[in-house]
Amino acid sequence: MPKSIEILKEGQGELLGWHDPDENRAWIRENKTRGLVDKRMSVEQAVSQFIKDGDYLAIGGFGHIRVPMAVVYEIIRQKRRDLIMAGKTAVHDIDILIGAGCISKVECAYSFGHELRGLSPAGRRAVESGQVKVAAEISNSGYQWRFLAGMMGIPFIPVRNLMGTGTFEKSSGKVIRDPWSGKPVAVLPAAYPDVALFHVPRCDKYGNAQIDGILVEDFELARAARRVIISAEEIIDNDEIRRDPDRTAIPFFLVDAVVEVPFGAHPTLMPYRYFFDEVHIKEWMTMAKTEEGAQEYFDKYVFGVENFDAYLEKIGGLRTLQMLKQIELLQRPMTNAKAPQE
Amino acid sequence: MNQITNQDYSISELLACVASRMLEDNRAVFVGTGLPMIATMLAQRTHAPNILIIFEAGGIGPQVPVLPISVGDSRTFYRAVAASSMHDVMSMAQGGYIDYGFLGAAAIDAYGNLNTTVIGDWEKPKVRLPGSGGANDVGSFTWRSLYIMRNQSTRTFMKKLDFITTPGYLDGPGAREKAGLPADCGPYRVITQFGVYGFDEQTKRLMLLSLHPGITVEDVQANSEFEIIIPEHVPFTEPPTAEEKRKLQEIDPTGMALGK
Repeated sequence: MPKSIEILKEGQGELLGWHDPDENRAWIRENKTRGLVDKRMSVEQAVSQFIKDGDYLAIGGFGHIRVPMAVVYEIIRQKRRDLIMAGKTAVHDIDILIGAGCISKVECAYSFGHELRGLSPAGRRAVESGQVKVAAEISNSGYQWRFLAGMMGIPFIPVRNLMGTGTFEKSSGKVIRDPWSGKPVAVLPAAYPDVALFHVPRCDKYGNAQIDGILVEDFELARAARRVIISAEEIIDNDEIRRDPDRTAIPFFLVDAVVEVPFGAHPTLMPYRYFFDEVHIKEWMTMAKTEEGAQEYFDKYVFGVENFDAYLEKIGGLRTLQMLKQIELLQRPMTNAKAPQE
Repeated sequence: MNQITNQDYSISELLACVASRMLEDNRAVFVGTGLPMIATMLAQRTHAPNILIIFEAGGIGPQVPVLPISVGDSRTFYRAVAASSMHDVMSMAQGGYIDYGFLGAAAIDAYGNLNTTVIGDWEKPKVRLPGSGGANDVGSFTWRSLYIMRNQSTRTFMKKLDFITTPGYLDGPGAREKAGLPADCGPYRVITQFGVYGFDEQTKRLMLLSLHPGITVEDVQANSEFEIIIPEHVPFTEPPTAEEKRKLQEIDPTGMALGK
C-alpha cells in the first residue's frame, strides 16, 4: 500500500469557491452569529451589505423554479460586477445576470439553456464573444456534492461519475485510487460560495426558513455558503416555526438577511403558489437576442421601476398573478404556458 | 424534416411509442422533460402501471397530472411518494437504484458518447450549449440509458465529438470500468427519426436494430459520419397502435412536446 494518495488524473478547470477547511471553520467562528437576531431588512440593504463585486455567487431553486428574482433584479440595479456564478442548473437567473453585465466567470453544470424553451440568448452570446469565461465544467450531481462537502466541512468528496469525459477534464476534480477497492474514483473539492440566495414560502424574522416541495440542493447549499440571503413570500411568527420544527429547511444561524417579497420569484415558479410566467420569460428571451434588446428589458423592468411592487404592476399586476396561481393549482390549463418545441 | 409523409402518425409519436415500449414495469426511470416524459407517461398508462418515475431535482414516484415543463416544476412531485432533494436521488442513482435514464444530445459518436457542452473549441466555442446538467450523472449511474435524438445526420452522428460531456462506452469494451465508472452499465438504445440502435456486445459500437417504416439501410448509413454496424436481417419498427395514439393525445393534448 503506497504511503501517499495516488493521483491518477487531474482536471484542468479552475478551482472556485474553495477554502482550506480550517480557514473556513475559523471564518464561521468569527463571522456567523448564533444569536437570535432580527435580520429583516430591505432588498436594497441585503444586496449592498452582503454581495460584493467579485463574489462567488450561488442561487437556490432549480432552473425556473423558486428563484429569488427580486434579489437578482436588485443585484442588477446596484450594478454588481465580476461575479463568479455557480452554474448549478442556473437558467433564468444566470442568463439575466450575464445580460446585465454582472458576471464574468461561470462554473457550468447547466448554465446556457432554458430547458425546453431553447438556448440562453444572453449567456450564449457572452461566452461565444469571450465576455464571460467558463472557468470549469461539472455536472448537476457533482456541483451539489461540492456543496455537500462544504456543508460537512470536509476538504473533498469522492464521486463515481465524470471520469473518462471532457466534463472531468475541464473540472476542478481529480481522479485518485480508492485505497480500499483499488479502483479509480473522482474527488471533487468542497465549495463554499461567498453568498447564496434563496426564495422560500415562509421564514421568521430570525431566518428560520421553510420550503414546500422538493429541496433540490438548497439544504446543502445554505450550509456551505458563507453568507445567506433569504427572500420569503411571507414572514411568519417564530411560534409557527416552533409548532412545526420538522418543516425548517434552513435554520436561523445560517442566515444573514431576511427580506419579505411576495411573488419574489416571478417569473419563475413557486410551488403551490404560482406558475412560470411564460409570457414574461418569452419576452426576455426575445428581447435578449440583441444587446440593445436586453438593455431595453432592463430599462423597462429593472431601472425603470422603483421597486418590486412596481415591477409586479408592470407585468400585469393582480390579474396576471391570479392567473399564474390558478395554473399552478391546476384550476386553469397551461394555455399561457405553452413552451416551444425542443 | 418529416421522413414519413404518408403515415398517419408523426415522428414524435413514433419515437414516444418506441421509447415507451422499452420501459419495463416495476423499474425506476430517471425522466427528463419533453419526449422522455411523454414516453414514460405512456408506459405508465399502458404496459407499465407501476413504473417508478424519478426526477433529478427530487420528485419521487409522482402521478404526473399534466406534462411538466421543467424537471423541477411542481408537476414532478404531484401526488408523489416523496418530494425530496437532488442529493437524495443522485445518491440513489449512484447506489444502483435507477434502472433507466433518458438522454438527448447535440451529437453522438459510435460508442454512444454524447456532447451537450460546446460546438467547436471549448476555449472559444462556435456554439456554447447548456452543459452537462444531469446528463453525465444519468449516463454514469443508470443501469441502462436510453437516448432520443430526432436529428440524426452526418453533423450529429460524428466520428469525433468536439467534447465528451456524457460517457457512453468511451473508447470500447471495458473502458468505463477502467476509467472508474460504475460497472456493467451504459447506453442501451438510441432512437432517432430513422431507426432504433443498440450496441454490439464485442465492440460496444452502435448497431442498427430496427428501421422505421419507409426508411432504408442506406438512409441510416448516409446520415452518419461513422460506420454503423448493420446486421443481416433488420426488422421494421412497429408503428404506433390506435390505442397508443389515443393515449398520447390524452397525455399531450396541446402538442407541447409532440408538436402538433
